[in-house]
Amino acid sequence: MQSIQVALIGNPNTGKTSVFNQLTGLKQQVGNYPGITVEKKVGQCVLSETCLANVLDLPGTYSLNASSIDENVVIEMLLNKKDPNFPDVIAVITDVENLKRNLLLFTQIKDLELPTVLVINMADRMVPKGITLDIPYLEAQLQTKIVLVSSRKRTGIAELKNVLANYRDLSVIPCLNASSIDEAYFSQLRKAFPKQLLYKLWLVITQDVNFLNLERKELPNSFTKSHADLKRLQQKETIKRYQFINDILKQGLIVNSSLATDYRSKLDRILMHPFWGYVIFFGVLFLIFQSIFDWSRVPMNWIDTAFANLSSFTSTQLQPGMFNDLLSQGIIPGIGGILLFIPQIAFLFLFISLLEESGYMSRVVFLMDKIMRRYGLSGKSVVPLISGTACAIPAIMATRNIESWKERLLVILVTPFVTCSARLPVYAIIIAVVIPDTYLLGVVHLQGLVFLFLYILGFASAIISAWLLNKVLRISNKTYFVVEMPNYKVPLFKNVYINVIEKTKAFLFGAGKIILALSIILWFLASFGPGDDFKNAEANVVAQHQNLTVNSSAYKNILATYKLENSYIGLMGKSIEPVISPLGYDWKIGIAIISSFAAREVFVGTLATIYSVGESESNSTIVNKMKADKDIRTGIHTFRFSSGISLLLFYVFAMQCISTLAITRKETNSYYWPLAQLVFMTGLAYLVAFLTYQFLN
Amino acid sequence: MQTTIAQLKKGEKATITQFDVEAIPLKLLEMGCLPGNTVELLQIAPFGDPLLLNISGSHLAIRLETALQIEVTRDEISSK
Repeated sequence: MQSIQVALIGNPNTGKTSVFNQLTGLKQQVGNYPGITVEKKVGQCVLSETCLANVLDLPGTYSLNASSIDENVVIEMLLNKKDPNFPDVIAVITDVENLKRNLLLFTQIKDLELPTVLVINMADRMVPKGITLDIPYLEAQLQTKIVLVSSRKRTGIAELKNVLANYRDLSVIPCLNASSIDEAYFSQLRKAFPKQLLYKLWLVITQDVNFLNLERKELPNSFTKSHADLKRLQQKETIKRYQFINDILKQGLIVNSSLATDYRSKLDRILMHPFWGYVIFFGVLFLIFQSIFDWSRVPMNWIDTAFANLSSFTSTQLQPGMFNDLLSQGIIPGIGGILLFIPQIAFLFLFISLLEESGYMSRVVFLMDKIMRRYGLSGKSVVPLISGTACAIPAIMATRNIESWKERLLVILVTPFVTCSARLPVYAIIIAVVIPDTYLLGVVHLQGLVFLFLYILGFASAIISAWLLNKVLRISNKTYFVVEMPNYKVPLFKNVYINVIEKTKAFLFGAGKIILALSIILWFLASFGPGDDFKNAEANVVAQHQNLTVNSSAYKNILATYKLENSYIGLMGKSIEPVISPLGYDWKIGIAIISSFAAREVFVGTLATIYSVGESESNSTIVNKMKADKDIRTGIHTFRFSSGISLLLFYVFAMQCISTLAITRKETNSYYWPLAQLVFMTGLAYLVAFLTYQFLN
Repeated sequence: MQTTIAQLKKGEKATITQFDVEAIPLKLLEMGCLPGNTVELLQIAPFGDPLLLNISGSHLAIRLETALQIEVTRDEISSK
C-alpha cells in the first residue's frame, strides 16, 4: 500500500478542521513541532484500496507572510523538502462565502509549484446565499481541480479523497506571474539562483523565518532592500493577486444577493451592543462557572466515591504489606486525584469550543479590547484568562494566537493568578473550617461571599500584575490588532466532541503523569521515616497511651498521626515551622503546603491523612477534626480565623503547580520566566499571608 | 483635513483612497484593505474603539489608531 503526505491549509474560520475531522475521524495524533509548542495535528485516512494518506492539519493562516508563531510553522514546513511531513499534495480549504479573500492564500500556495487542490467548503451555504459558481471556468483559470465540500452535510469528501489519491494529475503551474511587480529585480534574482524556486527566494527575503537549507546570508547584498521598499513591493504583490482574483471571480462567481438572508448583522447588533453585549457576556461566563462548580459536582462525587471504594476494596482484598499500602494509599488515590478533575476540564473545553465554533469568541475579543488595553493586554487575552478558571495549562497554550510577543508573555505570566479548579477543594475545606455558616442580612451566604471574593481577587491580581509587568518589562512591542469576525455558525457536534476528547486526553496524560508520580513520592515520604522514633512507633504509642486498647480506632488514629509526625515528610514540616509560624501555620499545615507545592489539590488529601481520617468517612469529619485541632502546648486552635484567612490568601497568590511551571518553560523557551513566576508569586503570597496574619492576630 | 475611516459614522460607506504602507500591518492589506475597495463601518465597540468594518466582504475589527491611517472618500449614496 502506497502512503502519501497530504497537507491541509487555509484561512482561519474556513472549516479546515471540520474537513480534517471528516477525513480522519478519531484517527488523529496531536503532537508538537520540534522545539516549539505549536500543535501539530496528524491523522490517517484511507484514500483508496491502494493509497493511505497521512493528513497534516496546518495552523490557520491568512497568507504565507507570517505574523505569528502558528503562521511561521506553515511556511517553514512548506519550504523544507527534508521535513518528514513535506506534502506530496496540498489541499487549500476555502469558505464559499469568503472566496475572494481565501483565494489570496491559494495563489501564493500555487507559486510553490506543488500539486494543489482547491477545496471550496460550506457548499451548503450556496443556495441560501444565492451563490453560483462556474467550476470549469475557475478550474481552468486557477490551474487546479476544485472539489465542493460541505462538512456539515458530509458531501464531497469521497470526491476529495479520490482527487488526493490521484494527486499526480494535478497541475503544478502557478496561476499568475507575481514577479511582474518588479521585473528587473526578479530576473536578477533568477539569474543568481537558477536552481531555487523564485517565490521561495522572495519569501526568504521578506520573512523572518529560519530556513534550514537556504540561509539569508547566502543572498548577496545587492538583493537586500529597505524595509519600506520591501513592504511597498509586498503591497504591489497583494494588489496584483487581488486583481487576478477579482477578474476571474467576475465571471466565475455570481451572487444573487436578493436571496441572501441576513441574521448575522442582527445578531451582531445584540451581541456587540454597548450594554446588552456585556450583559450577555457575563451571562455566558456565569453559565460556564455554574457548570464547572455545580453540574460537575455530581460526576465528581461518583469518581471520588468510586476511587475511595476501590482503594478500601484493594486494601482488604490484597495481602497486607507494603505493596498493598502503595497501591491503596498511593497509586489509587493518586489516579483518582487526576480523574476527579475530568468533569470540570471537560465542561470547560465543551464551552470554550462551543464559543469558538459558533463565532462568539471573536465578538468577546471585540468587546473587551479597549478595557484590556489599559493593562498592556488586548481583547485576545480574554480567552486565555477565562480558560484559566479551569486550569492554567490549557490557558497558557491558548495564548499562541496572540501576535505580540510582549502581550503573550504577560498573559502567560499572569494567568496562574486566576483561580483554577485545583484551588477549589483547598478553598472549600478552609472556608468550611474558619468561616461561619451564616447568612448576612438573612440572604447572602457568608461562605459563598468569601468564595466570590477569592475569585475576584484572583482576576484582580492577574490584571494588576499585567499592568505592573507592562510598565517594568522593556520589550520592544510592535503591536497591531486585526481580527476577523467570522460568520455565526451552529457548532458541529463532531468538531466539539473531538476537541473535548483530545484536550481532556492531553490534560489527563500531561498533567496526570506528574500528579501520579508525585503522589507516589509523597506516599513514600509519609510512610517511611528515619531513626528509631519511626521504627518503634507501635511501642512508643503503646507506652504513651497505656489506657488504649491496641486495634481500637482511637489507637489506630494516634499511631497514624505519630507515624506521620516522625516520617520524612513530618520532619520536613517541622523543619520549615520557623518559616511559616509568622503566617500562623503549624507543622501540619507545613506538610500540607510542602506536599501541595507541586499540585494544590494535594493539600486536602494530605490534611485528610494528617487527621487520620479514613477514605470511607465523610468530608465533614475532616472539617470537624480540623475545627477541633489545638496546639498541645498553647491550646490555641490550629485553624482559627486569622490563620485560616492567611492560608486562603496564601493559596490565592502562591505558585504551586509544577505543571504550570513546565508549560511556561516550554512556551517561553526559557528557565528564566518560570523561575520569575515562582519567586514573584510565592514571595507575594508569603508577604500577603504574613501581613494578614499579623494584622488579624 | 482628509477623511479617514475613523471619521465615518455607523452605517456609512466609503472608498479607500490611500494610506501609508509602513503604518498598516500587511495582514490588513491581505484581508482586502486596498485602495479602491469599499469599506462600511458596521459597529463601534463600547468606549469608541475598536471599529468593526466590512472591507470588500470581509468583516474585520481594527483599532482606532489604525483606522486613522486609512484615508477614504465617502460614497455619495450613503452620505446625506
